[in-house]
Amino acid sequence: MTTTVRADGPAVRKDAPGAARGPRRRTGRIRRAGLPYLLLLPALLLELLVHLVPMVTGIVMSFKELTQFFIRDWGAAPWAGLDNYKVSVDFDAPVGEALLHSFLVTVGFTVLSVGLCWLVGTAAAVLMQDAFRGRGLLRALFLVPYALPVYAAVITWVFMFQHDNGLVNHVLHDQLGLTGKPSFWLIGDNSFVALLTVSVWKGWPFAFLIVMAGLQNIPRELYEAAALDGAGMWQQVRRITLPSLRPVNQVLVLVLFLWTFNDFNTPYVLFGRTAPAAADLVSVHIYQASFGNWNFGTGSAMSVLLLLFLLVVTGAYLALTSRGRRTAA
Amino acid sequence: MSTPRSPMAPPRSFLWTRRILLTLLTGFVLLPVYVMVSSSLKPLADVTGAFRWLPSELTVRPYIDIWSTVPLAKYFVNSLIVAGAATVCSVVIAVFSAYAVSRYDFRGKRVFTVTVLSTQMFPGILFLLPLFLLYVNIGNTTGIALFGSRGGLILTYLTFSLPFSIWMLIGYFDSVPRDLDEAAKVDGCGPLGALFRVVVPAAIPGIVAVAVYAFMTAWGEVLFASVMTNDTTRTLAVGLQGYSTLNDVYWNQIMAASLVVSVPVVAGFLLLQRYLVAGLTAGAVK
Repeated sequence: MTTTVRADGPAVRKDAPGAARGPRRRTGRIRRAGLPYLLLLPALLLELLVHLVPMVTGIVMSFKELTQFFIRDWGAAPWAGLDNYKVSVDFDAPVGEALLHSFLVTVGFTVLSVGLCWLVGTAAAVLMQDAFRGRGLLRALFLVPYALPVYAAVITWVFMFQHDNGLVNHVLHDQLGLTGKPSFWLIGDNSFVALLTVSVWKGWPFAFLIVMAGLQNIPRELYEAAALDGAGMWQQVRRITLPSLRPVNQVLVLVLFLWTFNDFNTPYVLFGRTAPAAADLVSVHIYQASFGNWNFGTGSAMSVLLLLFLLVVTGAYLALTSRGRRTAA
Repeated sequence: MSTPRSPMAPPRSFLWTRRILLTLLTGFVLLPVYVMVSSSLKPLADVTGAFRWLPSELTVRPYIDIWSTVPLAKYFVNSLIVAGAATVCSVVIAVFSAYAVSRYDFRGKRVFTVTVLSTQMFPGILFLLPLFLLYVNIGNTTGIALFGSRGGLILTYLTFSLPFSIWMLIGYFDSVPRDLDEAAKVDGCGPLGALFRVVVPAAIPGIVAVAVYAFMTAWGEVLFASVMTNDTTRTLAVGLQGYSTLNDVYWNQIMAASLVVSVPVVAGFLLLQRYLVAGLTAGAVK
């Protein structure tokens, strides 16, 4: 099914949209000109209400002294100028220092998690490119972590990481004797490892799914030609599969990066409202800074800074990867 | 699914790498699933003491108790209503938008697609606070209860899945030959007739994939659910945490409840994953 669809795709897309349309009644033409906008209207309204208006509001809020006294009528909150930003980036004071720490933890966590998710997902997809017995079953199994609701999956990990009755300590300490005494996984420095483990467990199937879809679009002839030229399996993977996946990877890595960097659900279910310092991801940090002491002004300033950072990184990433692709071509 | 690979037999090194790595990966993936299933069948004593691989005795007691320890049925119904409604709305709206982008040339098309897609990168936390205030204020001024109501949550969730759904459906609609809807229009269908009689039926796999994605997104969301619901509208995402606020942590019940709330999505996902892969192949990955 997929292959036929693909075969039709490029030929159809070459037609300029609307090129094949014959003359029509005038009312039809007017209606037709307005129709696309009418079709987009619901999506536009919703995006406006839920994303764009709140975003602008958020930026406005970040310039206000929006404490608990003004929640009911936030318009009455006094302007604070750049105070919220000054507090957020004053790295010598506790608030700024904690934010910087949380930011650095998030960067380290994101780089590791995205790298591992991509690596495991790609390896599994490439290894499963050929048909073998049980492949369909295995593919379904591998997608289970992605399909499970976040809270159900993560709460199971919370149970596994328990100090007294968890599986992890039972195996590492009781059964293998690797640690002198049972470790704490959800507090202290180990919490970073716990968070990373859960994040990779939950995230790699998405990479697997996308790479698997990308592999379908590599023409079979490429492999046949390479095989005729005497290229072995590993060479085919290195010379054909991986380069062909480049455009897929460009999008995949960006999406994984944004999702991981902004992830709230995993750390929130894993640690609760206050994450341990070693695993204090920036979303939970801002949530705590805003709702913990009802200081929405500072929370908004931090969110805006986060958005600016993501915009810059995304822009730079797209510029760099697109240039690389053009040079390579 | 076809495999674009030479029929040449792979070397032994490849076969062994594959066997070892895939076995390890299966263990990693299934470990929590095993813990969930086995612990849900244990008596309480088994989950409060040191971890046991096997239950000392098998019991279905946790599956009975989960409904009375917390009002799980109520949360379940709330989640079903919210996720179901968000899915239906999201799919319908995405179909309209994707059709406009795929079939028409109009001013602002690129701005629209870029804007919609870029909302995907916003940190949820950025618009949680303003949306919270916006809903509270809309409620205060107009009397339309969005904060704490299912409606507000539905509205929020459907926009979460919307960008990706539109994106995926554009690709899918693009691959439905244009001649088909032109033929339908010659036969006297209007543009909407062409959409519903020709394009939508031809793009069913893509639409199913989008629906699965939208449902999963709404069913699993925690952040907004934790702020925007109250006692009567609480969804599973928040409700499930009720088992651990008590003096005893009923891990066997938590595992049973987790399993119960996972079954609808996992079963649906596994049944329909073919379509999701096909949808991704045609739409997202190009």
